[in-house]
This record gives sequence, structure tokens and C-alpha cells, in this order.
Amino acid sequence: MSKRVGMEVTTACAEAAALCRIDVASVYPITPQSHIAEHLSSIVADGRIDAEYLTVESEHSALSAAMGASATGARTFTATASQGLIFMQEVMPITSSLRLPVVMAIANRAVSGPINIWNDHSDIMHTRDCGWISIFAQNGQEVVDMTIQAFKIAEHRDVLLPININLDGFQLSHMVEPVEMPDQEEVDRFLPEYKPYATLHPDRPITMGALGMPDMFAEAMMAKNSAIVNSKKVILDVWKEWKKLFGRKYEPIESYKTEGAKVLLVTMGSMGETAEIAVDEMREKGVPVGLLKIKLWRPFPFDELKKAIKGASVLAVTDRAVSFGGPGGPLFSEIRSALYDDPARPAVVNYIIGLGGRDVSVKDFIDMGKRALKAESKRPKEAYELFGVRAS
Amino acid sequence: MTVKLSKNQKDIVKIVKGMDKAEYISAGHRACQGCGEVLAIRLMCKALGKDTVISNPTGCMEVISAIYPTTAWNLPWIHVGFPNAGSVGSGVEAGLKALRRKGKIADRRVKTVCFAGDGGTVDIGFQALSGAMERGHDMIYVCLDNEAYMNTGIQRSGATPFMASATTAPAGSAIPGNRTWKKNMAEIMVGHNLPYVATCCPSYPEDMMNKIRKAREVVGPSYIHCLAVCPTGWRSTSETCIELGRVAHETGFFPLYEVENGVYRITVDIPEKRTPMDEYLKVQGRFRHLTPEQRAIIQNRVDVEFNKLMNKVNHSVPWV
Repeated sequence: MSKRVGMEVTTACAEAAALCRIDVASVYPITPQSHIAEHLSSIVADGRIDAEYLTVESEHSALSAAMGASATGARTFTATASQGLIFMQEVMPITSSLRLPVVMAIANRAVSGPINIWNDHSDIMHTRDCGWISIFAQNGQEVVDMTIQAFKIAEHRDVLLPININLDGFQLSHMVEPVEMPDQEEVDRFLPEYKPYATLHPDRPITMGALGMPDMFAEAMMAKNSAIVNSKKVILDVWKEWKKLFGRKYEPIESYKTEGAKVLLVTMGSMGETAEIAVDEMREKGVPVGLLKIKLWRPFPFDELKKAIKGASVLAVTDRAVSFGGPGGPLFSEIRSALYDDPARPAVVNYIIGLGGRDVSVKDFIDMGKRALKAESKRPKEAYELFGVRAS
Repeated sequence: MTVKLSKNQKDIVKIVKGMDKAEYISAGHRACQGCGEVLAIRLMCKALGKDTVISNPTGCMEVISAIYPTTAWNLPWIHVGFPNAGSVGSGVEAGLKALRRKGKIADRRVKTVCFAGDGGTVDIGFQALSGAMERGHDMIYVCLDNEAYMNTGIQRSGATPFMASATTAPAGSAIPGNRTWKKNMAEIMVGHNLPYVATCCPSYPEDMMNKIRKAREVVGPSYIHCLAVCPTGWRSTSETCIELGRVAHETGFFPLYEVENGVYRITVDIPEKRTPMDEYLKVQGRFRHLTPEQRAIIQNRVDVEFNKLMNKVNHSVPWV
């Protein structure tokens, strides 16, 4: 039986990984992920799970060691944030090319320059094209559920790809929240033992990580792309199964009060809950605003997006990262490009918010909603705007 | 007709007779003629035996052995990136350990071995190596040192000898080649309190294989630094590969020794009167530019380093 407990979200994340009976954890501490590293090490130190906990000397080694362990057939978990993720980035595309189902929690944090330990999404956006499945949680319950689901998705024979679960640093990672923590028996029933496809063992010697010449490199990239595109079916199946077992529903894009909405706010991560309150307030006053919360970032849910935006005339996409000198925030670019061929495409405006831990309030979302409404008749001059930033 | 063999030849016959007949790195790989490195690996694998998993970072041995869809390896082998032989190996060791303990794989010891070049060891892979050794994984880390980034065109590394000409430290009219002395990795590894550290060279196959066997027996981390003659990068002729390795030892430039629980021991006799460095330097194109005075500077430093080592050989005591 699941048990309702109050717990810091990082702690809950580590508990969820432990429930998955991981064999190896390879984690280097970094704010705001450190509590995951700490709590997991205490779970191992207390003998609550039988796992090797590697006290690696860097994030580069954390992921490299996780890959080595995963290559032997061990169920492997790691976690990081910000600079740590970027330090890992050298090996991230290799994890997906070697088809190693490593699961990683990312307590999203701004990327340095100036150094800043607080939340935004610039870390994960730097590593967007590494071939990892990428999922965003909006609350503690989702972090627990998605961490457990991640192993089942990653280890599926039709997937065999690494996954990262994104939880906003501090604003989510350090909250104490009520969560339904599944018990061991339930998790065991949902998540069977990992049966790897190919492993490093002398009983069947294989070569992993061979050099690819120009005559086959493109084919290798195509294979990886097909794998991640096709993983969506497995993700949807796993979410369906989760609903059946635990009653909680997961969708690539969650719609909130979208019926009759002219403007749809679009969020990713924990700000979805703040935006909900803003939508409630606006709806009460008769302002036709709804909300889309993107959960599945890679593979991007193109079909679900097209369905979810039906009837809206303006999308107000929020981004928590800047694409310097680019067309706008990464989520905005994705959505606008996804809708280009749609004859009934709505106007798409972009607000870049919440950078480096800057608070985003309900009032901010209401302002964004109202301004987006105006875009229905008059498009803003600039494609994107760093919302609420002081001019000088 | 009977052939009379010298003692050296008899020794070699003895080694060959006792050797594992299996080939763990097969013919058909793409190494250069006279490559000391692949020769070392072939013999080391014979000493390691079947129950071995290899972590091989980017470098010569990775490029020559595993071009998709071919592989020269008959051992489980993984290549991830350049700086992470030590950390990938750490994960392999931890994975095998956890799975064996949990009864998910066969209950027998499989040794994790890293084969890395000098760039992947003394430069870009240094941190991962240090961490791996510190954590005490049951792992042998072998540095195959050909003294520069040979795979990519002879750029200098931290293991390139003083005043050798490399493509990023060329012998110019103002600067006579590489400006730093070769990093002493074996000594740095002794500083990690490893139970077993050794230097070796395929020019002395029996010594090399015995060291690998010893390292395999260690339950925990060990480090082997292997001098691998590279005719391509050293600008020496390929048939002198074995001979050059011997001269490196006899001059005291790369002495073969081991450090077992803190005790230093020279494992192959060095002549009382060591061979002059000139004999080593003059046959390699990378030292061709050196003046007699510059060669004398190298000779002096080799003497100093050798004496430092001999002091340890004569005075070290076991830790336990």
C-alpha cells in the first residue's frame, strides 16, 4: 500500500530510486541536487538497499561510471544540475548511442556566468540534443512517479535510452510536500528486474563503443533518432499502466481549463502550479485563458500539441532559458516551428521568465495572459521578451 | 641438427611455452609496423586471461582495434570517451561487483582493466584515474606510454620527454622542443598508496607479463606504466622497437621496477655502468636537433632521477 508522507522532494527522489532496487548509484553532489546524493548515500549506508554507491570525483566521472556500470547490466542511477550537467555533456550523447538506460535526476539550475545556484532551465537546454528522453515534473508526487517510471521506460527493449527527470532546483527540489510513496511490493510488481540486451562479461565478449567511419555514422544517428521517436509509444504505455496501478494520470501535455480559451499559457516544470492559480483567477473574471503544461520534452509530443491548441488564437509560451542571439526561448522555438504547417496556427508569443531563481508570481502570469490577449489583434514587434527585466 | 640457444633465447622459449595460446586481440588490427603498444597489449592480455573486462579510452589502441563493424577484441571491451578510462572502469567494476553479490551474474572474479595512452592518463584522464585509484576499485590501470598524442599526429603530452620534438612543441631555432620533464606517473600512483605499482616494457616480455599477473592477483587497485616504443612518433625505424625499449631501461631513463606495499625493487638487472643517453637519443629523429650540450643536460637529469629511484630501492621498507 502506498503511504502518504511529507518529505523534501530531493529525499523523495532518492527514496524512489531506492525503491527501484538500483544496483549502482554514481553521484557527485552539486547544489541544489546535493540532498539527493546525500540521502541516497545514507540509504546505502544503512543497508536499506544492496547497491554500490560511487563517491566519484566529478560529474564527468559520475556519468562515465554510471555508463560503465550500466554496460555490465546494472540498474544505474545518477543525478546532477547546472555546471555538473554541462560537465557531463561530453559523455551524454555517448550514453544514448551506446543505448545505456541510465536514469538521471536533474535539479535544474541556472548555468554560470555570473555564478548562480538558483533555478531555471538553461542547464537542460544546453544538453537538449544529446539523445536522452527528457521529462519535466511539476511537483513532488510527479518526481517520485516519474523516477520509478523512468527505469521502466529506459530499460524497455524497444527503447534502451537514458532518461533525465527534471525537477526545478529549490522551487521544487527543496520543498517539503505531501507525496504518496508506493511500497516496495507495488514497485516490484510495476518494475521487474532489468534484463539487459547486451552486457560486458567474458562469457560473451562484445565490443561496445566502436569507431564509426563516415560510411556508417549517419546510419547510427538515424538509428538513435528512430529509437527516441519510437520511445513515445512505450512512454504512453507505461503512463497508462501507472494510471491503472496507482490512479495518477500522466500525459505528454496536460491541459488545464482550455475549453473556450482564446489564450493558452504554456509552461514546463513547477511553474505550472502557479500558472494554474493565475488561470483560475482570470477565468473567474471571465478572461478566456487556459494552460498547457509540457511534461514530455524529448521526444517532443507534436501530435498532442496540435490537438491541445485547437481553438486557441494565442499561445503565450514561457521559457526559462535564453537562446542568445536566437529566435526566442527553446520551448517557444519548438512550438512555433511545430505549428508552422498548421493552417489554423495561432499567434505564438514568448515570455522568458524566472531566470536564475527570479520569482514568478501569480500576478506575473495574469499580466502575461492579458498581454497575450492583445496579441490576438496586434502581434508584438519582438518575437520574444525577457519578461519583467529592468531596462537599465 | 640441434641449435644451440643462448640463455636469453632459452628464456624466451620458456615464456612462449607457458603462454596462454588464446589471442585476445587478434591479427588484422590497424596498428603501425613496429608498434610497441599493441605488442604489449597482446602479451598483457595473455597474462590476464579470459576473465577480464577492458575499459579503453580514445587513443591509438581504440582507433586501431575497433572500427565498426570490425573488432580485434576477443575480450569484453568498452570505449566511451577520452578522459574517462578510470571512471568508466570504476563503473564496470562496481557493476560487476554488485551483480555478482546479488547473484545476477556468474559467481567468479572478473578483473577490470583499463588500457589508456599517456594523453588519456597523465593529461586529460588524470582526474578520473586519481579518483578511481583513491576509491580502491579492484582494477588494473595500464598506461601505454608512447610519449605523445601519436594517434592524432604527435602532439606533446605530459609524458613527452624533455626537449623531444613534437608537433605542438617543435624543435625551433628559439626553443629546442618540449620544455617540460616527463611526468613521473608511477611515483604519483605510489602516492595514492596503491598496493602494487610497476613500470614495464614489451622489450622484456617475461618481466612485463609477470607484473601483470601480480597486479591481477591484487584485490584492489594497481597501476602499471608501460613504455611503448612508437616508431611513427619517435622517428625511429620500426625494426628497432624492441632494442629501443631495452636501451631505455639500460640507460636508466625508463628503469623497470615495481613497488609492492611500499617496497621498491628493480626487476631487470641494470648494468653497473649504465648505457649513455646518447645511444638512446641519437637513434631517434625526435631528438635529432639536440646539441652535445643539450644531450648532457638530459644525461644529468636522468642521473638525478635514477639516483632518486635507487635511494628508494635501497631504503624503502614495507608498509606492513
